[in-house]
Amino acid sequence: MAKIELIRKGAEAYLYKTYMLGIPVIIKHRISKEYRDKVLDYRIRYHRTILEAKIIGTLRLRGLPVPAVLLVDPAKAILVLEYIEGTMLKELISRDIELSKRIFMELGKYIGIMHSESIVHGDLTTSNVIVRQSDNKPFIIDFGLAHYSNDIEDQGVDIHLMLRSLESTHPKHVDVLFKEFLKGYTSVRGEEYTRKLLDKVKEIRMRGRYVEERRLKKI
Amino acid sequence: MIVLGIESTAHTFGVGIVQDKEPYILADARADYVPEKGGIHPRESSRFLASMAGKVLSEALSEANVKPSEIDAIAVALGPGLGPCLRVGATVARTLSIYLSKPLVPVNHSVAHIEIGLLLTNSRDPVVVYLAGGNTMIVAYNEGRYRVFGETLDIALGNLIDVFAREVGLGPPYVVKGVHVVDKCAEEGGKLLDIPYTVKGQDVSFSGILTAALRLYKKLIAGKADYTLNDICYTVREIAYSMVVEVAERAIAHTGKKEVLLVGGVAASKALQEKFKAMAKYYDVEVKVVPPKYAVDNGVMIAWTGLLAFKHGVTIDPVKAVVRQRWRLDEVDIPWRK
Ligand SMILES: Nc1ncnc2c1ncn2[C@@H]1O[C@H](COP(=O)(O)OP(=O)(O)O)[C@@H](O)[C@H]1O
Ligand SMILES: Nc1ncnc2c1ncn2[C@@H]1O[C@H](COP(=O)(O)OP(=O)(O)O)[C@@H](O)[C@H]1O
Repeated sequence: MAKIELIRKGAEAYLYKTYMLGIPVIIKHRISKEYRDKVLDYRIRYHRTILEAKIIGTLRLRGLPVPAVLLVDPAKAILVLEYIEGTMLKELISRDIELSKRIFMELGKYIGIMHSESIVHGDLTTSNVIVRQSDNKPFIIDFGLAHYSNDIEDQGVDIHLMLRSLESTHPKHVDVLFKEFLKGYTSVRGEEYTRKLLDKVKEIRMRGRYVEERRLKKI
Repeated sequence: MIVLGIESTAHTFGVGIVQDKEPYILADARADYVPEKGGIHPRESSRFLASMAGKVLSEALSEANVKPSEIDAIAVALGPGLGPCLRVGATVARTLSIYLSKPLVPVNHSVAHIEIGLLLTNSRDPVVVYLAGGNTMIVAYNEGRYRVFGETLDIALGNLIDVFAREVGLGPPYVVKGVHVVDKCAEEGGKLLDIPYTVKGQDVSFSGILTAALRLYKKLIAGKADYTLNDICYTVREIAYSMVVEVAERAIAHTGKKEVLLVGGVAASKALQEKFKAMAKYYDVEVKVVPPKYAVDNGVMIAWTGLLAFKHGVTIDPVKAVVRQRWRLDEVDIPWRK
């Protein structure tokens, strides 16, 4: 039995590193949360585990850089994934902005392809991209909130989340990095769709944030 | 240093007077507009605020027992909020500033909710969960500003539970003896019904919960249900609160901060606080809650934030002090936390 090492406590899951047949793997265990109703807790963990495995499978077939799924146990909320040796994109940005720019362009392309396949990620942030050490390829991870959708609204939310993750965590680099991201995205989805999508993003951003509109809804 | 602050963004005309040493709060005077039914009508509210302004102001001055000449600056919430209401506060503040020849300090209402929370709970650098009637946001300080890490994509949490309560006849009033009527009703329920749980990254969406819950209620009153109103309330509470806890959790995992601060009216919910405490154990973070009195709109928070800003040289020419209905929290520089 190979050694099992807890490497991270994520927001949903505990991540363990171990070896299967000599290959380094990640065991992702969505842990039960005491604060949730038992039925709700099971429902969420079961559902997200299956969805993550399914969607990663689809994306692998399309040749996108996502970790391979080696094992799924929905009832236990466990996934075994290929281990990606590398750096979280979030950390890379503060270290190497030129490389980050190239990566954002590539990431934009991948997300464009994902959206063409009617898949939205649902939690696009700079914590959910691992830049592989061997070849600087950005691997997209954490598909627990992903779903199948062709709706421009859902795809807009993806873009909004990426932009907001830049604004909140990397405020100094928002403009340059987002521009590269859009370059990549546009190269897959075309000018016209990308423009429509950005209008949608603007609309989404107007919706939640302002006190006034929401106060008025009470009337 | 003594600063007088004016709040008038929606339903409260508040005047607070604070100083930069203990006891920080010298005066806290307020008048609340309570609509007959439904929500706030901006114009009616603004007329009410204007009619109370003079009285509240003199109450505050006599409570603090300071002479106008002893005040160092006038702070005012210029936004975000309802235009007509904001203009009442802005007019009073400009007048005071010019008449007394005291500098005027612009304050963002949302920043003020956070700053008073930090002061009163002795928090240093928390993930702030901001849950007011018209606002749901997850905020944390990073690189000179409060940054928005998550928010609602449609209605606010307080809005959800109030509107639901109203539609099923549980309120108004929505809060009885410090407990929200939906929380109260949920205590007798226990069956989890089919209501959507919608988290998108660090954002939440509550409008689907409202629609689904009202549909379940219709079935119930038509006599076609094997559940009770208590079960619906239970499900609304479980789903909605768990969603908020989850996005806060994501912000904690993402930022690595060690405190969580709950602010805004809904933060007073014991059921919600319990969930946060249960979550906190996983991350070794401390949960803090703003005292209810200062969780709602008040002038003290404006005065306090004005004081912090004024100490860092933030002032505005009264002539240029126009209101900003959509002034976003993450547009404001926070020099006092650098
Ligand atoms: N396949 C993987 N290879 C290497 N590291 C991973 C892999 N999957 C996850 N991790 C690490 O674990 C962290 C959390 O994983 P994630 O899937 O985002 O879980 P959560 O949703 O609980 O945050 C990631 O940010 C990353 O550092
Ligand atoms: N004890 C409580 N439990 C849950 N919700 C509460 C409680 N007290 C107040 N609220 C809710 O807080 C909201 C009002 O909060 P407040 O901060 O005054 O918001 P706003 O200024 O946007 O109206 C209302 O939705 C109200 O129902």
